[in-house]
Amino acid sequence: MAEQFVARGQDLELVGIRKEFPGFTAIENLDLKIPAGEFFALLGPSGCGKTTTLRIIAGLEEPTVGKVLIGGKDVTDTKPHQRPVNTVFQSYALFPHMSVLENVAFGLRQRKIEEPLPKATKALELVELEHLANRKPQQLSGGQQQRVALARALVNRPALLLLDEPLGALDLKLRRQMQVELKAIQMEVGLTFLHVTHDQEEAMDMADTVAVMNHGQIEQMGAPEALYDRPKTAFVARFLGQSNIFVGDVVENTEHTIAINVNGQRIAAPKLRSEKHEGKIAIGVRPEKATFHETKPQLGSEHNLVGPGEIIDIRFTGVSNQYLIDVPGFGDITVFAQNVGKSPVVELGAQVYVSWKVEHSFGLSDLPAKADNDEI
Amino acid sequence: MAFVALGQGGAKSSAPVKNSSKVAFILLAPGMIYLGLFFLTPLVSLVITSLKTASMTGVIGMYDYGFEPGNYAYAIEQYGPQVIRSFGYALTATVLALVISYPIAYFIGVKARGKPVLQALLLTLVIAPFFISFLLRTFAWKQIFSNEAPITQFLQSIGLLPSDQYIIGTSFAVIFGLTYNFIPFMTLPIYTSLERLDVRLVEAGSDLYASPAKTFWKVTFPLSLPGVISGTLLTFIPISGDYVNASRDFLGGSDTAMIGNVVEANYFRIQDYPTASALSVMLMAAIVILVSVYVRRSGTEDLL
Repeated sequence: MAEQFVARGQDLELVGIRKEFPGFTAIENLDLKIPAGEFFALLGPSGCGKTTTLRIIAGLEEPTVGKVLIGGKDVTDTKPHQRPVNTVFQSYALFPHMSVLENVAFGLRQRKIEEPLPKATKALELVELEHLANRKPQQLSGGQQQRVALARALVNRPALLLLDEPLGALDLKLRRQMQVELKAIQMEVGLTFLHVTHDQEEAMDMADTVAVMNHGQIEQMGAPEALYDRPKTAFVARFLGQSNIFVGDVVENTEHTIAINVNGQRIAAPKLRSEKHEGKIAIGVRPEKATFHETKPQLGSEHNLVGPGEIIDIRFTGVSNQYLIDVPGFGDITVFAQNVGKSPVVELGAQVYVSWKVEHSFGLSDLPAKADNDEI
Repeated sequence: MAFVALGQGGAKSSAPVKNSSKVAFILLAPGMIYLGLFFLTPLVSLVITSLKTASMTGVIGMYDYGFEPGNYAYAIEQYGPQVIRSFGYALTATVLALVISYPIAYFIGVKARGKPVLQALLLTLVIAPFFISFLLRTFAWKQIFSNEAPITQFLQSIGLLPSDQYIIGTSFAVIFGLTYNFIPFMTLPIYTSLERLDVRLVEAGSDLYASPAKTFWKVTFPLSLPGVISGTLLTFIPISGDYVNASRDFLGGSDTAMIGNVVEANYFRIQDYPTASALSVMLMAAIVILVSVYVRRSGTEDLL
């Protein structure tokens, strides 16, 4: 049993996982491989099956079909208490009848590890809570409880640490602070982390790899930068950050460029950044990649230009302003402009043109349920 | 404590404090009067009676006011075995009731979660015996265990029971009756505790390498302790003073008398009121001591 628990993380592999509950299917068909020592985020809206996935890995749910492999070993039929996996639960699930120290020592005691209390104290030092070791969990604040839950899982040095939205209940400042600490701890102990969250900023900020999950399937997986820069589906484009998405028929298909016709205007995207090259396709752009102009600018074919449209909403968010521009035939286009004094000062109702570089466009593999230019 | 709580509530709702304490007093008055009349008065009367001396007139059943602690010594000397038996029976029946009730309560409170119809049905079954009088139910068991009953004859035929012995009148019959009659008092508080049990804690236990059995003893059982404590108190205390089951009219015999039976006999048959009162006072004192030690030892004062 002891060799099952190694100091380093192990890789995780899910093969053809399907999970059916009475009346619905939580996970369609999931294949996933997480290399050892990686910080992996499973990102998705609530009800997308991400927590079910986590519970299957922990052994708290059985998959209807499929296999779970940890460090190459099939653990599908292994009971949860025999898996080299620990979970930081969303609710923390700290034992209310035990002191903080006993909570942390629980896993060590079960495995009859020598000197459980000194080891638990060390784990509490890691999360800077050793001074609260003798308190009961309910005497701690939410953030402290969360750190106890983390220490209770980490102290076992599991091959795989599962985090089920553990930061969800914390306020923004504490959440940011915990994100930094969590990432630092992961680097320090070198364990494999699987973090389930619906917070896209959190996922992008912390993870080496992000998998975006929707309707029980992984839509896209990759490094946060790649995922953000080139979303492949409308869901990813909208869930991970914001996107302006336009739908139209392909009118131009050259060696390097794909262009669609939207309400008589040409919107182009690089061919290498497009999933589909013919028929009716969707092309998107991130709001911060777009700029607006008070007069029609003279731009070459390396730019997309739409307009004129009317500014119908301006939101001040501190570092940037968010403009909502209603362009007839294009719907509402969102443009972020940083407050560094470079953007023209406009007021609600102003007529503006929106442009962005073709190289910033991305072509999606599917059509959004509702495109921005749907209203025509 | 209720007074304090009410006072605080009033203060929070920004009503004048003076006014709210008056309201609290009015609300508490019926309870205080009730306790004064029906608890304190009989208690004082009981203590006074327990110290009375035999009447100079020599008439049976007549006693004079006095101070005779010897009544207590006499009661202990005379009825020591019954006192010990009472607590022995109560302890055995309580443990049996706990062992039987816990799985029932666990099933209803944890396993049947999310199935409200099943839960309601099972809870109704637990309290169903209350629909029939306590005496009638006990009497029914007397019939079932009677000397001519099939079960008695069957046990005799297979040799488990010697042919000249019967079930009624044995310690077994009395403890059986006591256990049976008090099971709902054990089941319901444990159910209430287990019903609130956060199953995520059980999952956390298994996630932290505890086998199902270990998780039960380390997580589930400690968290259900408040229910177990109140359940055992609700059974142990009334069983100690019970006189129906052990009575010869029901499941008991000549060797099964408990304190309740002795008190009853002294009051109504021998008319030795001081001894009966002394026994009652001692029973009460013993229970108070046992219970407070028990609650303190189990470390659940704050949970109760």
